[in-house]
Amino acid sequence: MKRTATALTAAVLLAVSGCSNSDGGGSNSSADTPGVTDTEIVVGTHMPLTGPAAAGYSKIAPATKAYFDYVNANGGVHGRKITYKIMDDGYNPANTQQVVRQLVLQDKVFAILNGLGTPTHSGVLDFLKTNRVPDLFVASGSRSWNQPDKYPGTFGFNPDYTVEGKILATHVKTEHAGKKVCFLGQDDDFGRDSLAGIEKVLGPVAAKQSYVTSNPNVGPQMGALKAAGCQVVMLATVPGFTALSIGTAAKIGFKPQFVVSNVGSDPATLAKTLGAAAPLLEGVVAANYLPLVNDTANPWIQLYTKVNKEYNAGAEMDNNVVYGMSVAYLFVQSLQSAGKDLTRDGIIEAVKKGGFTGPGLVPVRYSATDHSGYGGEQLTTIEGGQAKWLGKPFRTDDGDGAVEVYEQAAVAPPANGIPAA
Amino acid sequence: MTVVRDRVTTRIASPPMRRRLSPLLVVVAGAAIVVALTYTLPPFRTYQLATVGAYLCVTAGLTVLTGLNGQLSLGHGALMATGAYTLALWQNKFNLLAVGIVVAVLVTTAVGAVIGLAAARLRGPYLAGLTLAVAVVVPSITSTFDETFNSDQGLSVILNPPPESLTVEQWQAWLCWGAALVTVFVLALLTRGRFGRDMRAVRDDETAARLAGISIARTQVAAFVVSAACAGLGGALFAVMAQSVSPGAFPLTLSLFLLMAIVIGGLGRLSGALIGAVLLVALPAVAHEIGEAAGSQRLEGNLALTFFGVVLVVVMLAAPGGLASLRPFKKKGHR
Repeated sequence: MKRTATALTAAVLLAVSGCSNSDGGGSNSSADTPGVTDTEIVVGTHMPLTGPAAAGYSKIAPATKAYFDYVNANGGVHGRKITYKIMDDGYNPANTQQVVRQLVLQDKVFAILNGLGTPTHSGVLDFLKTNRVPDLFVASGSRSWNQPDKYPGTFGFNPDYTVEGKILATHVKTEHAGKKVCFLGQDDDFGRDSLAGIEKVLGPVAAKQSYVTSNPNVGPQMGALKAAGCQVVMLATVPGFTALSIGTAAKIGFKPQFVVSNVGSDPATLAKTLGAAAPLLEGVVAANYLPLVNDTANPWIQLYTKVNKEYNAGAEMDNNVVYGMSVAYLFVQSLQSAGKDLTRDGIIEAVKKGGFTGPGLVPVRYSATDHSGYGGEQLTTIEGGQAKWLGKPFRTDDGDGAVEVYEQAAVAPPANGIPAA
Repeated sequence: MTVVRDRVTTRIASPPMRRRLSPLLVVVAGAAIVVALTYTLPPFRTYQLATVGAYLCVTAGLTVLTGLNGQLSLGHGALMATGAYTLALWQNKFNLLAVGIVVAVLVTTAVGAVIGLAAARLRGPYLAGLTLAVAVVVPSITSTFDETFNSDQGLSVILNPPPESLTVEQWQAWLCWGAALVTVFVLALLTRGRFGRDMRAVRDDETAARLAGISIARTQVAAFVVSAACAGLGGALFAVMAQSVSPGAFPLTLSLFLLMAIVIGGLGRLSGALIGAVLLVALPAVAHEIGEAAGSQRLEGNLALTFFGVVLVVVMLAAPGGLASLRPFKKKGHR
């Protein structure tokens, strides 16, 4: 038992020595807000840099950081430079718990920005609320982010999956009338919210299947959909599983029309994952709400390409890069709107006030009663390995509201590419 | 495995010459240290301290099973998951934490008894295979019965906020260490008495033990049940700390890490279990620091595993009895 005592002492020493390097560097901002000084704002995120969802998504955070570096090089926001701490959670909800605690308790971040994933981020909502940490622009379309009463500091970014499901289903209803429509989705709120939207428009689907990211095999699911005689298969899948589903279907000689959720539809990511089988992507229908990366005439894409070249080591441009930079743009807009005296409550108020215009085809919906992100999408189809717009942008809600065309044209970015105060 | 076991055997079998501290004294001292630490450490370190406490429940139980009774378990992660899911389901229905923890321990004990009954008939690699299967099956169970367990996303755990005068992290540390110290105390008493002697006898020579009138099967099942109860308690504590449970929190690597931790710490010793629990928290943190210093966040996802492997190799070469067997002050006549 003397050993136990020795070991206990050793453990104590270890813990104490460990904490010595984390102290110091307190906030010298007049507002005494964690993560904010007169010269710096520290924000953090959790991202799948490794693991089953890393394909494509791992490019988002570096792009966000690149845009921040661009803003920093141009003087920052109200004289403060933005430091972006990126943590890898491997798309494992248990890791997310760990890394978000590290960001909030140890690194003392001002806010969590764009934490990615429905199953991952759902688990930290309560923790962030308890610690009063702003939880901005979650990288997912789950309806959980839009609960202003329960989680006053949480705001979504993506159009919610129910909105998206309704828009995709409306396309299927008009273009593939009378066909047998089936569904494959992730076995969590992502899949469930998406299916809810689809069934609001189409009624019950002919067959539905689900998958989990920890099991990279959708053979049984695609087999069941083939056996059910599906002609249209709607996917609520992350990119790796979109590719897997389309590839698996081809392998068993199953060739339905695929209609894919925006989050699993970036052509560059899918083509890379499918390799030689990339031609299978031709004709796949999806949707987007941000400029398409191959639209080189778009002023936003020109801005992002420039920033990407200078601050992201010229990473290959794809829709994930566009996404990451659009998140960064919106965050800088929020900071500008929150003003020089930056506090946690201040930024939440600024986002609630809303009125942001940016790269989106439809505006974000933030208000005191609505914490969801973009309110609609436009359909795309893949032609020659590139996404191409179909028709016009649509807007709807997550209830029984109609799916309507949104007519207003998108705005152009400011000349220097940085939102003004 | 046999090599390690033999070496440990010889060390533990040697008659205890040293004066033994009363377990009660150690537990009281431990509690005092933990309380003092929770008032001095910054929040994140307190959270890590709480995690060490939760791990200690599991490693202490596992080291009794593997070190003292010679049964290898690769499935303790699954037993933790049992405790965690039980607590989550209980909390979301009744929201009574203290009872929930007890229920979690009871349910895991029952599951442990079932596995233990099968395990008592198996030896060596077959036992490892059985427990491995238990660890592997967790994600499949959660996705097959997704209406109850909600698949990979898991369940959130409803908890009342801690008492006003405490921060969340302090509350977590007290809770985890309270449970850990009780576990260690009970295990220390158990292993010092007849049950401990029976377990060692069964581990060292089953035939001799049977000749001495010890029921082999009963001892082995009892050891597995005790160990499972500890794992269930640890799992429930993890569910409380994370306010959520998901299969990703209890992967196969967790079971392997637990085993590695008690081997590195010192098999069969509660002090070794403590060292192991500290390592389980410290090594991934160190791996993270290294990954960050190397400028690649992608490295850290894989670095912890490498790290554990290297430490295991080094410790086994330098101190086959584990870190707890190192006694640097021995020659100086320290106490």
